[in-house]
Parts: sequence; structure tokens; C-alpha cells
Amino acid sequence: MTRTAAVADWTSDFDVLDPGYVLDPFGIWDELRTRFPIAHSDRRGSTWLPTRYEDVTAIAHDVEHFSSLQVAVIPFDGTPPSDPVLPYGLPPISSDPPLHTWTRRLLLPWFSHARVGSYEAMTRALCRRLLATFADAGAADAAGHYAQQIPVRVVAHILGVDDALADTFTGWVRDVLEFADDPERRARGVRGLVGYFLAEIARRRIDPGEDLLSMLLHAEVDGAPVEESLVLGTAALVLIAGVDTTWSAIGSSLWHLATHDEDRRRLVAEPGIMAFAVEELLRAYSPVTMARVVTADLEFGGCPMKAGDKVLMNFPAANRDPAVFERPDTVVLDRAVNRHVAFGSGIHRCAGSNLARMELRVALEEWLAAIPEFRLDPAAQVTWAGGQVRGPRELPVVFPVPGARATGTAR
Amino acid sequence: MRVRVDEAKCQGHARCFALVPELFAVDDYGRSSVIGDGSVPAALEERTRLAIANCPEFAVEEIPD
Repeated sequence: MTRTAAVADWTSDFDVLDPGYVLDPFGIWDELRTRFPIAHSDRRGSTWLPTRYEDVTAIAHDVEHFSSLQVAVIPFDGTPPSDPVLPYGLPPISSDPPLHTWTRRLLLPWFSHARVGSYEAMTRALCRRLLATFADAGAADAAGHYAQQIPVRVVAHILGVDDALADTFTGWVRDVLEFADDPERRARGVRGLVGYFLAEIARRRIDPGEDLLSMLLHAEVDGAPVEESLVLGTAALVLIAGVDTTWSAIGSSLWHLATHDEDRRRLVAEPGIMAFAVEELLRAYSPVTMARVVTADLEFGGCPMKAGDKVLMNFPAANRDPAVFERPDTVVLDRAVNRHVAFGSGIHRCAGSNLARMELRVALEEWLAAIPEFRLDPAAQVTWAGGQVRGPRELPVVFPVPGARATGTAR
Repeated sequence: MRVRVDEAKCQGHARCFALVPELFAVDDYGRSSVIGDGSVPAALEERTRLAIANCPEFAVEEIPD
């Protein structure tokens, strides 16, 4: 990105949009963790970057001193907590108790273990449909043609919105998260989401359905309906948080399997380790970093933090901390002890974690059933996005076409 | 062996339930609880130790004798 000047000192001037960091942040985190476990930068306002598991989880649990009112890793140029359309941002993720508590409670049953189980068949059918479009071609963009196409449609189903608009939704979400450094693009994404959901809300006031958006609109909390701006924010959150994140986890996992033949073949041969493999891939390639804002001047880990400073909740780095994980930089598909915090820690634990796990597992199961052997296309380039959410955006892979194998092996 | 889930710590990661569904239940809000009085059948002890070791909130605890 144009605004990214080269970083000379990662301890005092880090930049999470530095292209080298986006591509490979792991070595930088290792160095910071040993030398300067809470780094600082003034590049986008005074911001701290912890890399140790202990620090990240402690900050996540201290909601009094580390507020969620500003969770964007790349701060908005404007001043949206005072946004007239979204005065509460995207609750519950952008809120503290007590607002957080009851808005989260509205959302959680839609992502319970039991409810997520009811989305599995449509997710599996969707994965098969996508695979059928390229399994005979011998080459595909595993990010663009597959990973990117899955979560947006599952989330559209849950929200009750038209999944024919999947590409439009994905565009808005990328504008908001991935191109957050470009104020015009970010504003366009926000405008798109707000305009779309306001129209959908108006429609459901007259003609409610059985979907999450209708439920939010017709829910009563302490005898009163939920304010429209909260319904809007929560619906936008489900789309924003449910799309880029899981897509990135699926893409990173496929990147790993494309580049690690032994792991790929092991997962095909031993499907019984899939549940462990999903947790391990989430640990090693945790996509999501959230921000917190410091509520009062304080000292944390020897760092003089000021009210208004941001802290980047570096869950991905915490999950590579050798103080907690043996051989943290090695993917051990059946790693048994894996207390990872890919979905965060404390009261803001990702509300969609059950859904994300199901989508990742089903996406990998179906891909491996259809395309058990694949590798990166040596003639093409993998591209990565980073910042709030890290994952591959273009993942060109090649694989033998089914005709070359015995029939009936894959699907 | 006996275990419990500390309600105040549990945040609904559901790792215990995934590892030992015979012993842990999750409600609509993601909260885990132990089925029964927390006694762990011998056959489930190994997986239950994993549930303790994998909880990101340290909410699953062995109850000392």
C-alpha cells in the first residue's frame, strides 16, 4: 500500500500493513516476543502490539481498561463512535457491557452447536457444487473460486438475504476490512452495507421471515423492541465477521496443505484426526486481529499506555508463543494439547466460532475428497491480505484431473 | 476423577464438548456444563484431561479428592 513506508525498527515503529509483514509476520513476532514483547507504533495513532500469549489474553480479559468501542485495526479516518447511522458501531463486537451482554445474547443461539449442525448439509452441498465447477480443470484459484465463495453464502442463508448477491457482499466486506487503508473504499463498503440492510429491514417490518435479521427486528428486550441502529449494526457485523475471517482460515489451510505434502496425505489417509487438524490450522494460521482502546492512563507490562491508545489483540502471535505451545512454528495436525485463542479470549469470544469450525472442516473434507493431490501452481503467484484479517486472496493450485485416476475415488 | 466447569470463566469455546461429548453439554448460549455429578468414567479420563488442557479460559477443572 502506498502509505506504507519501510519499517526500520519493529519495536517502536511497526506497521501491520507492511508488505513483508503481511506475507510472513511469524519471524517478526518471534523477534518481538523475545526482545520487546509489547511493541509500539505511532503510524496510525499511538498503538501497542503484544506478541506473548500471557499479555494478549490478560488484556482480552480486562474489559474495564481495554474497551471494545474501537475494534478496527486500521482506525477510521472519521470519528465513528459518533456515527449517526451506526452510533453503537457493530454490536456486540464493538461494545462493552452492559450493551455487549444483551446484544450478544440475541445472537448466540443462531450460532449454537445445535443450530450450526443444521447448516452443515447446505454447506456441504455448496462445497460440492463449487468443486464441480473446476475439479476437471486441473487448476483453480483455491481462494477465489472456493474459500471465498463458501462463508458468504452460509451467512447469507442465516441472515435470510439473497445469496445471488454473494459477490457484492464480499466486495463490501473487503472494502471495509481489507482496503481499510483507503478511506474512499472503506466508505463505499460501509455505504453499501448500510443501504442494503436498511432496505432489508424495511421489508421485514412488513413481511418478517424466519431468519436472523427478522428475529433481531422483532425481538423484545426488557419489553421494548431493539433500536433499528442496533439491528443494522448487528446484521452488518454478522456479514462482516462471518465472511472474510472464515474464508481466510479456509484459504490458509488449503495453502498449508498445498505446500506440505506429508500433512495433506496424512489428512487424506487419517480422516479421524480432522477435528484436531482444524484446531491446529486455526492456531497456526489464526486470521483475526482485533483492537482495543485504552480507557485510562495505565502501565501494562512496563509500557506506559495512555487513554485513547489502541492495543492490537495479536491472537495470531499469541498462538505461536513457545511459552505455551511446543514447536509453535510447526503444524502438528494431531496436536493434542492446543489451548489456542484463534477465536479470542474472554467475553468477546467469537460468537460464530462453532460455525467457522464447521465451515472449515466441511470445506477441507470436501476439497480433499474431490482433490486429494494438489500443489501451488509454479507459474502463478499467491497473494495475501493482512491487517485485521490475514489470509490468501489468490491461491492458484494445480492438480491431476480425475480422468487420470481410477474412477469413483473422489466423489 | 471428578471435574467441573467454572461458569464464571466459561466463554463458550466448546472445546470440552468437542473432545468429550459424553461428559460435557453446551446450551444455546454456548455455556458448557458437566453432565451428572462430574464423576468421570475411567474410559473418559484421558480425553477429559485433554478437555482440561485445551480450554482457553481454564474453566474446566479437576475437583481435588
